[in-house]
Amino acid sequence: MAGQPPQPKENLQKNPRDAAYWAQGVKALKISEVPEGAVNLNVEGRRVVGPLQGFGRMWQKTYRIPLEGSGATPAEVVKVWKERFPEFWMPGNRFLAPKGGLAPGAVALINSDVPGSRWFSTGVMVLYSDEESFTYMTPEGHPFSGWITFSSYADDEGTTVAQAQLIIRANDPLYELMMPVGLHRIEDRTWQHTLRSLASYFGTGGKVESRVTCLDPRRQWSQAGNIRYNALIWSMIYAVLAPMRPRRERKPTN
Amino acid sequence: MPQAQVTMDVRKVRDGVSVIDIKGELTAFAEGVLMSAYDEASDGGVRAIILNFEGLEYMNSSGIGLLVTLLIRVNREKQKLLTYGLSDHYRSIFQITRLDDAISIYDTETEALRAANKA
Repeated sequence: MAGQPPQPKENLQKNPRDAAYWAQGVKALKISEVPEGAVNLNVEGRRVVGPLQGFGRMWQKTYRIPLEGSGATPAEVVKVWKERFPEFWMPGNRFLAPKGGLAPGAVALINSDVPGSRWFSTGVMVLYSDEESFTYMTPEGHPFSGWITFSSYADDEGTTVAQAQLIIRANDPLYELMMPVGLHRIEDRTWQHTLRSLASYFGTGGKVESRVTCLDPRRQWSQAGNIRYNALIWSMIYAVLAPMRPRRERKPTN
Repeated sequence: MPQAQVTMDVRKVRDGVSVIDIKGELTAFAEGVLMSAYDEASDGGVRAIILNFEGLEYMNSSGIGLLVTLLIRVNREKQKLLTYGLSDHYRSIFQITRLDDAISIYDTETEALRAANKA
């Protein structure tokens, strides 16, 4: 980032400094390995979607916590966050990172418990990853269409702050209906829990500051057909059909 | 907090069309600079804003987020957002993030201006 010696413009165009940080040429998601007992559903073969491809209102949600007295630098915080991401998640959810870690282009599975379905399955792709931030992009069918950026920085007083920032829309009309009756709350709790867990790892506590802004109040009716990929619906169908599958495939691992 | 390592100069190239020349790094710290440039560029009934990325040296995912925020503002004002000067690398980022679904990309300023005039 800043602070590096300037390069000739031609070099910058050919070898941009951020080239290694971005996922490259992803057309459809591919899972390299599925851990024993995990469900690989609603991810393989799906395209990633950003906030422009979703259906519902567009939200920017920012959650941050100061890591006062931790002594950790932003780079140290992000390094730990990437390496231990699954440990900081809400109980009842499994974040199954690939063995190669959260490198750009990596795809992680998410298996969660939701009412009526033991194995709600979705995932994320690592869109961007550098020393002080990393970003997930969601696949078609995920509750949200958008980007989630995790970062750390030193504030004006020099305190290291950890932050999660989402730019999202509900992916389809069903999820949009669910936003005011629980999805917003689940999202808030998830990232507040994550930040508290991260702070606890660094030996600090504190309150998570949340800021929610509606960036675009319009619904994109042209995207209503996204419901055909709805991961909740497909996960429920998967659960209903579970008794018909061989026993080994059905058994989840905790 | 680090300062924005970017400059954004605004040119009113034709009636109703402004170009913002972006030089430097597009990161979260560029938010104030970008929004000020947009305010200046859209002053006086502008119907199209063209972003010139020939001088873009670095962009992270927060920078892409800023472009979405800008796009929402542009749409709200019923303006059109176009770009030119993206290197192959940044074009591929526009594709993977699917920004190219909503922001038209052109090779040159002449082509972008031609498209802006049809807006």
